[in-house]
Amino acid sequence: MAEQSAPASRERTWEDEGLGDKRAVPEGLWTQCEGCGETLFRKALEANLMVCPKCDLHMRISGSQRIAQLLDEGSFEAMDAGLTANDPLGFVDMKAYPDRIKAAQRSSGQPEGLISGTGFVKGRKVVVCVMDFSFLAGSMGSVVGEKITRATLHALEHGLPLIIVSCSGGARMQESGLSLMQMAKTSAALARLDEAGGLFISVLTDPTTGGVTASFAMLGDVIIAEPKALIGFAGPRVIKQTIRQDLPDGFQTSEFLLNAGFIDRIVHRSALRSEIARLIDFAG
Amino acid sequence: MAKAGYSGSYVLDFEQPVVEIEKQIDALEANPSAPRFAEELATLRSTRDTLLTKTYGGLTAWQTVRVARHPARPQTLDHVDAMCRDFVQLHGDRQCADDPAIVTGLARIGPFKVMVIGHQKGRSTAERIRCRFGCANPDGYRKALLKMQFAEKFKLPIVTLVDTPGAYPGIESEERGQAEAIAVNLREMSRLRTPIVSVVIGEGGSGGALGIAVADRVAMMEHAWYSVISPEGCAAILWKEANEKTNTLAAQALSLTARQNLSNGIIDAIVPEPAGGAHRDPRAASDALQGWIIDQLRDLSRVDPDTLVNLRFEKFRRMGSVRSG
Repeated sequence: MAEQSAPASRERTWEDEGLGDKRAVPEGLWTQCEGCGETLFRKALEANLMVCPKCDLHMRISGSQRIAQLLDEGSFEAMDAGLTANDPLGFVDMKAYPDRIKAAQRSSGQPEGLISGTGFVKGRKVVVCVMDFSFLAGSMGSVVGEKITRATLHALEHGLPLIIVSCSGGARMQESGLSLMQMAKTSAALARLDEAGGLFISVLTDPTTGGVTASFAMLGDVIIAEPKALIGFAGPRVIKQTIRQDLPDGFQTSEFLLNAGFIDRIVHRSALRSEIARLIDFAG
Repeated sequence: MAKAGYSGSYVLDFEQPVVEIEKQIDALEANPSAPRFAEELATLRSTRDTLLTKTYGGLTAWQTVRVARHPARPQTLDHVDAMCRDFVQLHGDRQCADDPAIVTGLARIGPFKVMVIGHQKGRSTAERIRCRFGCANPDGYRKALLKMQFAEKFKLPIVTLVDTPGAYPGIESEERGQAEAIAVNLREMSRLRTPIVSVVIGEGGSGGALGIAVADRVAMMEHAWYSVISPEGCAAILWKEANEKTNTLAAQALSLTARQNLSNGIIDAIVPEPAGGAHRDPRAASDALQGWIIDQLRDLSRVDPDTLVNLRFEKFRRMGSVRSG
């Protein structure tokens, strides 16, 4: 299987130019792998697509890094980049929602938690959406739902394959019912794409949980996951509290879902582009 | 059981003053010379009614959640008993199990033959445990979809009654694809070619509620709640701890009441409850529910399936609030 034969690390050195967006990774020259504790040279890690060369941990990456990794260089054209969140409910917890939005915009360098647009994967034109965990845990509020819906309808109108890379803690609490309704809205748009014979490739990355998993993320014609990603409906902590017992090893990982029959393939980040291109050739 | 109104063993703190008056009413009524106290009784009843109307007219969001969870609040099968005839319960998802947390079946309501689908929390302790307090497993959502597709095939409208704190968070529910089951329901309900009417009768907890609530018309009972997460879940995440104080704050922040959901465009209508909540007069609650459902079914029966599906899509398409740059 491809996911097993994929190289754990590629023969790249720090001289290779990093593929990642450097603004999104403001840390220093060196970084420590959260998986194995290895100290890694940042540029080499970026050149290795932010996968630890030692333990193969697929680290979380920003939306712009994902775009840069996934699409042919310079091919991306953003859609709906100007959409930003309202505060329709006047939501205040420990902080006011507008302040949380501003802080997230500053720290992520993005206006919202999802980047959408068109681009090419190995020469094949696609509509792509990528979620950014650094923006309020990649949560889906009205903007994320709206951008996914528009992207889906764009794919439908132009006969293009749709790729959504999920990375999210779920629906955004600060927009409450309106966030919840984005689950219905995006799923309804995907029903239309499905009826028109459009291809939707759903890529699940660490983590994909809650209302995102329980809507568009699980509706792919093909569902791909990166290795060892946390994927589930309820969070492990909530489950543990509910059933009052320890969770089995590897619970809610990509491998667990593959075993349970809910995803099609586990694909190493280094093979993602070629896998997507191949799938498009079969079904796009 | 007291005659004056509901005063079972479970009394909400803010109902206590009402219960005190009811005790007096009961005592007076039990008095052999009751006829002599007709005037006092009338005064007490009127005081009770005023107090109930006042209390229930000004419930906080967190109080609303507690009313919605009242153990004596009518559940799906109570409403079905009260408002339907010829109920034929249909079990099982034909794949794995029969989840008692979602009940499904054929029924007549007014002049309409329908498929009824609803969460069931259970009444006795044993039943509640079996129903996991209304938290459905994937099997429940798949059963619901199977029966909805049955309804579509035989051109029967669908009525769903939502009453769940959320979909069940457990090992087996994850293994059997809780997220997938809900996601598929959202997609398929959006394109079912038969009318769908949903009412949140108690708790509308997140994806577990929405999983049977993608409908042409959606209402909430007056004291139901509907939100992306339970107040406790929200408090635990955003306030780092769920307690009486943070639950109250979270419930307030989540805009989860019927009135707030109506003004946010998430639901189409509010079904009024009898004074003091559905648990005080379940029959009156069912009557109001039945009336609203029949009105919607009558309206929707005039719409052809293509238009129906388009309108349903447009309804959810519009939801949300964004700022264009």
